[in-house]
Amino acid sequence: MAISTVAPNPIRKRPAAPRARRMLGRALIYAALLLWTFICLFPIYWTVTTSFKSAVDVTQAHLIPWVDFQPDWKGWRSLGLSPDTLFGTSTARSEFMNRFVNSIITSVGASILALILGSLAAYGLSRFRYKFAWMRNDDILFFFMSQLILPPVVLALPFLVLYKALALLDTTFGLILLYTLTVLPIVIWIMRDQFNAIPIELDEAAFVDGLSTWGAFLRIILPLAVPGMVAAFILSLVLCWNEYFFAALLTSTDAKTLPVMVASQTGSQGINWWSMAALSTAAIAPLVVVGIFLERYIVSGLTTGAGK
Amino acid sequence: MQNSAPVSDDAHHQPATKRAPGSRKAAGRALVLLASLGFLLVALIQVLHTTGTMTAGFSDWRPILIAYLVWAVAFGAGQILTRGERGHRALFLLPAVFFTVAVVIFPTIFGLYIASLDWNLSSIEGPRFSGFDNLKGMLNDTYYWNALGNMVFYTVAVLGEYAIAFGLALLLSAEIRARKLFRVVFLLPMMLSPVAVSWMIGKSLLEYRFGPAATLARYLGWDNPAFFASPWMARFSIQAMDAWVSIPFIMIILLAGLQAMPKEVQEAAKVDGANGWQSFWHVTFPIMLPVSITVLIIRIIFKLKLADIVINVTAGGPGGATDTVSSFIYRVYRDRSNVGYGTALAMVYLLLIIVLLTLMLRASKRWTQKVV
Repeated sequence: MAISTVAPNPIRKRPAAPRARRMLGRALIYAALLLWTFICLFPIYWTVTTSFKSAVDVTQAHLIPWVDFQPDWKGWRSLGLSPDTLFGTSTARSEFMNRFVNSIITSVGASILALILGSLAAYGLSRFRYKFAWMRNDDILFFFMSQLILPPVVLALPFLVLYKALALLDTTFGLILLYTLTVLPIVIWIMRDQFNAIPIELDEAAFVDGLSTWGAFLRIILPLAVPGMVAAFILSLVLCWNEYFFAALLTSTDAKTLPVMVASQTGSQGINWWSMAALSTAAIAPLVVVGIFLERYIVSGLTTGAGK
Repeated sequence: MQNSAPVSDDAHHQPATKRAPGSRKAAGRALVLLASLGFLLVALIQVLHTTGTMTAGFSDWRPILIAYLVWAVAFGAGQILTRGERGHRALFLLPAVFFTVAVVIFPTIFGLYIASLDWNLSSIEGPRFSGFDNLKGMLNDTYYWNALGNMVFYTVAVLGEYAIAFGLALLLSAEIRARKLFRVVFLLPMMLSPVAVSWMIGKSLLEYRFGPAATLARYLGWDNPAFFASPWMARFSIQAMDAWVSIPFIMIILLAGLQAMPKEVQEAAKVDGANGWQSFWHVTFPIMLPVSITVLIIRIIFKLKLADIVINVTAGGPGGATDTVSSFIYRVYRDRSNVGYGTALAMVYLLLIIVLLTLMLRASKRWTQKVV
């Protein structure tokens, strides 16, 4: 590079000016960081505070609790989750809890199923050589990964028809099957990377000790692959928890998940912002907690294969 | 049956010595044959029952699902019996393969069939074969083409997301304090459900009368801050929301790439006297190109699925300006309950995606090879 002639090194001649520039540069970096922090957090802050506002505070755009406005349990009362209604009966709360439990069952069930299927396939692809007609290991892996490009809309309507015939419409089990297929490629990708990182000598040592193929997998390799499994599990949990499209088409009353409930309330509430805000807060709260405490696993799951 | 089964070759270790004896082999084949016959029998009964040739049968198709499961288990057992150690190995892959065939391959093929039907789910008439009528209808459907045009905009906008995400990744990889805290905060939007975000941002923050964003815009001198009234403004607002949710994903992957980059390269550039911009443009960016292209392709794949934000904030409006293909098909189904037409549109879309991605993968291979 012929850059050195263009920009002669000024550091030795005048030390004061570069220091000022360095300070300015650092100030700019922190300013940019704080700006983006604001962009990330303000919508969340706004939603949480709005759930404690009354109509006047909403229309006058009051922002800071106790300074601008007096917080009130209004939004949470409409959900039946405020301190004074928490122990009474509330139809709103029982509906909310029902959806919440549905979401948990669906996303945990799908993640576990995907983890089982995905780990087995990933271990096989990482350790053995398969041949299926013309397909080798790489082709089989590509076959699994290629399902990522399938937009949900392609499968949604055929599934509607099939589930109707199978009497799986509006069931949690039906939804679990679909969610499993959406996260399976990601799980296989993460787990294969994980198994590749475990030295093959460990398998061989297990065989010498007299373990069978499955024995070596279950007793020796699987316990070592726990970090990857946790990352894959949490990532699928997040994706399934937030899924809306399939749930909106394939559930109506029994198996409705939280996003569908949030969406169905959006249109009907009008200016009833406090209860919408409370509902949104309750819907995102679990994932905000996951994001703060399990961030490490999400990052390691996402960055599998990157930077190699 | 023999040829279509996955055959595990010699592994990197432990040769497949344990071959099954002849009697076990025969037993295994018999098992698979029996299970296949049973499955076909159940299917045949149900088909005859549905078409009305036979009164005996099941009230729904669920037994078919169970029969498929039983057949899959029997097939797995048959693999072990006939092939011994190799069968054990095939058993790792088979569950995922059977699952995928049942829930992806079969529905997709079934979808191709539905796409040729005129089938209104809410009417009693039932499906009627219409050949290519759905495709002809699609050619005249200006809303569909409009939605495809919007997808071009949304896809190109990924470049903007990428630029911002790269900036953030560079910020996070600079020498800063509280890096972990910033990383957690920057990651948060990705965790939130797009449906909740639709309300949080689309319906309340950007609300015309009381939303703080509108108030801010008025304060800055924009008299009429309607974020969803004019087509282009609405498109940009939707895109901004989607970017808010998805930039963290791009950022995290680019950050991992930046951290994996050898430090010596940066230092060498500094010794050569390159300033910040030069060392970025001539050193960092080219090294990051493979990671960048990978993340861009993944991001485009996900962008092509965009639906939930559009459905919940604008429902495609104003006048279809923000429609994505997915949200449009969703609406087509909700309004007309015509599964045939909706599926036909979706299949054409899938075809376009496959062509686009194949071209992109080809092109990206050439570019990444040029640099590395």
